[in-house]
This record gives sequence, C-alpha cells and structure tokens, in this order.
Amino acid sequence: MSDRLSIVVVEEDRDRAISIVDALRDSGEYDVHVIGNASGLARKIAAFMPDVVLIDIDNPTRDMLEELTLASGPLERPVAMFVSGAASGLARAAVESGVSAYIVDGLQPERLAPILEAAIARFQMGRQMRTELAETRRALEERKVIDRAKGLLMKAKGIDEDAAYALLRKTAMDQGRRVAEVAEALVTASGLLS
Amino acid sequence: MSTVTLPIAYMPLVDAAPLIVAQEMGFAASEGLQLDLIAAPSWSSVRDMLAFGRVDAAHLLSPVPVAMALGLGGVMTPVAAVSVLSVNGNAIGISRAIEARLLAADYDFDFSDAMKAGAALAAVIDDGITVGVPFPFSMHSELLHYWVSATPLRDRAIDIRTVPPPLMAEALAAGDVDAFCVGEPWGSVAVDAGAGALFLPGSAIWGFAPEKVLATRTEWAEIEPHLLGRLVRAIWRAGRWLGNADSRTAAAALLSRPDYLGIPSELIDRALSGHLTISAQGGQRHVDNFLEFHHGAANFPWRSQAKWIGRNLALRAGRSVHAADAAAAAVFRTDLYRTAMDTTGADLPGASEKLEGALRHPTAVASTSGGMILHPDEFFDGRIFDPSRN
Repeated sequence: MSDRLSIVVVEEDRDRAISIVDALRDSGEYDVHVIGNASGLARKIAAFMPDVVLIDIDNPTRDMLEELTLASGPLERPVAMFVSGAASGLARAAVESGVSAYIVDGLQPERLAPILEAAIARFQMGRQMRTELAETRRALEERKVIDRAKGLLMKAKGIDEDAAYALLRKTAMDQGRRVAEVAEALVTASGLLS
Repeated sequence: MSTVTLPIAYMPLVDAAPLIVAQEMGFAASEGLQLDLIAAPSWSSVRDMLAFGRVDAAHLLSPVPVAMALGLGGVMTPVAAVSVLSVNGNAIGISRAIEARLLAADYDFDFSDAMKAGAALAAVIDDGITVGVPFPFSMHSELLHYWVSATPLRDRAIDIRTVPPPLMAEALAAGDVDAFCVGEPWGSVAVDAGAGALFLPGSAIWGFAPEKVLATRTEWAEIEPHLLGRLVRAIWRAGRWLGNADSRTAAAALLSRPDYLGIPSELIDRALSGHLTISAQGGQRHVDNFLEFHHGAANFPWRSQAKWIGRNLALRAGRSVHAADAAAAAVFRTDLYRTAMDTTGADLPGASEKLEGALRHPTAVASTSGGMILHPDEFFDGRIFDPSRN
C-alpha cells in the first residue's frame, strides 16, 4: 500500500482547481484528484478512497459530502469534518479562509497540517479575489444607476450635474439611506411613470 | 433594554419565515433584539457556523441536533433545539417519466393516501429508484425511510441520496435521481420548471412532524438564558403572526424580497396556503396542514419527537437504541422553552412527552391555562410511537 496521502479537491472552476492542485503538489508528495461535476459526487469521491477531501465552504454541493460521514458499506471508510481536536487553530483558520476539509477516521493531525496550510493559503487568495470582483461589479452597477438618476434630475429640474448629485446625497442623508438606494428608487419610479 | 444584535444562520426556505418575520415585523425589536440573518449555502454550512461560533442560533433541520448528540456526522459540538420553528412542509416529487407511468396506470394523484401512493409507485418501478433529499440528517430522509418500510416499496431498491434542492431539477433531468423529497419552495420550483410532479405531502406520512428547529450551542443557551428567552419569545410571536390567515399575503411578499428568498411571492404563497400546483399540467391540490408555524403547540420541542428521530437514526446506524433515547431527549430542551415562555402567558402542555401518532382528531390536553388543543398527528400506517417503551 502506498504511503502517499490521497487528496480529492472538489472544485468546478478549472483555473481555481489547477491552482489548488499546484499548491498541494508544492507542499508535498500527494496523489491529488479533482472532481468538477456535482453529479453523483459522493459516489465519485468514495471511488477514490481519499484520505482527505477539500471543498469550498460556500459550495452548495458540500451537503452531498456529508453522506460520507456514514460509512454504508464494510469497505467504506467513514470520514469526519476536520474539527477541533489537536489542531483546532488550524481548523478555525480553515473555516475562516473558506475551505472545509473532510478527513478519514484515524489520520494523524501532523500529516494533515501541511495539506491544510497549503489549501488555506490558496483558498484565502481565491476568496479575496472573488470578494474584490464582486465589490467592483457592485460599484460599477451603482455608478450606472446614480448616473441615470442624476440625468433624470437634471432633465426634470433643469439643474446641473453637481446640483443633481448634491440633491441625491442630501435626500439619502435625510432618509438615512445610501445614495445608490435613493438613485435606484428614483430610476424605478420614473420607469413606472413614463 | 439595550438592543443586542444576534447573528443567526438560515437556509433561504419558506420555513425560515419565523426568523425573517421576527426581524422584519418588529417582534425581535420589541424584545430588544436585532437579528443579523445570514443566508447559508448549505446545511453543513449552517451547522458549522453554529458549531464554530460564527452565529449564536440557527434554523436547522430537526434531526441534525439529534444526530450530533448521537455522534453521527462530522461535528460533535453539543447543540440544543430550544423550540420548533415549523411542523410539516415537505413534499415528495417524482420525475416526469414516472409521472407518465403512473398516469398510464390510472393513478389518481389524490395527494393524501400515503399507503395507496406507495403501492402505486412500487407497481411502476420494477428495478429501483434513487430519491434525492437535502441532507442525510433530515425529516425528509426520516419520512422517506418510514414510508418505504411500511408500503410495498420495501421490496424495491430505494437509494436515498443527498442532492442540494437548488440542483434537484437538474439532477432529475440528468437521471441522477428519479424522485425527491424537499421543502418549499423547491417542490414548486421543480413543478414550474417542468422537471417533475408532486406526489405526496410529508404530512400524509406523519401528520405532525417537527421540521425545523431553532438551535443554539448548548453552552450558549446555558450562559445566556436572558438572550435566549428574548429570542424564543420573539420567534414565537412571529409564528403566531404567521399562523393568522390574514398575514399570508404580507408574509409571502416579505419572504419574496431579494434579500431573503428572491422568488415570486405567488410561489411562496402555495406553501403558506397549502394550495399546491402538483403538475406541469397545472393540477391543483389543497393540503390542510401542509406547513404549520403556530397552532397545536407547534413550537413546543416535545422530547418524544426527539426520541422518534433518535431511535430511527440509531436503528439505521446500528447504534444502541437505549442510549439514543436518552441522548435525543436531552437535546430537545423543553425546560429552556418553558422558562423562556413563562412570562408570555402562552399555554404550555403539562407533559413534555406524548405518544406520537395517537391523535386522529384535534384533542384537548392538560395545559397551564387549560385551553390547549393538539392537532392530529397520525402516522399513515396507524402505528403509535410510545417514547417510554423500547
């Protein structure tokens, strides 16, 4: 029997999967498999008989892995989510960085540590990038709505752009709302009235 | 009273309504609480957020705290069910292919007779079927196992697998599952997508099944009794509001907001009213007790309910039923519920356990102010679960 640990990474996004696999390979000698498709997930994972399964905490298909905690056949090895115990600091870091690790019963925590450290670093980076992307997208959306609201005010009240923005900002402050929310309401209302 | 913010995890489902209503309709505010409701992507995520202390309370499948107490599943942090958020609300659905076979066999889709439904389904599946449920520890899974074991389906190969409900329609189309048992809105979503038909409401299997509970870490419940009391009361008042038929339209509109379920309110109203669309052809069925938030002492965490769940989980996992009884009963905290509700004047039952499945009609029982009526809670096969015998 090979002494190398076998790791399954569940990740749909090909680029992210590759970057995680690379990070794991850099941290030690492991057999790493990637599963991208959720269909029949628990069965596919069981077929690899992995020691460790890594999955994004926000992945809804995570619930399919929970079945693995109940070994249903004599050859199946029950897995547990990696929690508390010897390396609880690491477990918390894992949860915070957005990776959940499922490990086979009886795996020594010190063998898991380098794997988790590599995964944590990679998931953290991925999470940061996604948050930034979502923020940028939202900021762009809001900018667009505010511009449209400014345009509506300028036309309706015959005021210039600065005055229109000041009016939006004042209304937002008076109502304890965000400028983008006021702009959104104005655009919606004007759409209904036109 | 200063306002305290409590982070609470939930899954965006119709039966998360008591939490959403407590926050939005001011029931939380009047107890000095602000609920920071965090929508989770999966049940494992809800459980982990609670276990690791990211949130103080959670909307959780009723069998999850019991399974954790039995040592099943990956996480062992002691978690308590301090009240029941909702009773019933699930539906079993089938693929269009099986629906066609049942129609060809002149099945009438009465949507109420679980025995007949089991026999009809068994007659049109020769080999076996795979049935999707949201989580391995769920009332969906418990009801399916119970139903299969007491109908001709017991002679078929029924494989119960976990499939996240948002992916259920896709899994049906891909042939990964042939049937499913899910909570709303996912049954109605599958029907509207033309992926399947609804076959049987969960209430046709067990008339009064505890579906979701309000769960907290046991440690938190014990060190924060005052906060817990405020939370339980706020949510109980939200459930009482939801139990009023006049609230339905407002409740559906509230839940449909993009921050919560983000789906049309008409779809939500089906579960709240019990008027379900069961097929792509638009077939309608009405279920009286489809989803209950308040009446019949719905929020009381009966220890006998926990024992029923615990015993079934233990039997399937090959654990000691005797030990499971004690562990399960200790998780449904009738004591904490009683303390929390003490000041509300709400009627509380005299007992903390009851026979499950013994009531065929609404029945008056001994209670603190003497006005308590329990609802019918029959199992479809007439069995009665006695929590004091094993």
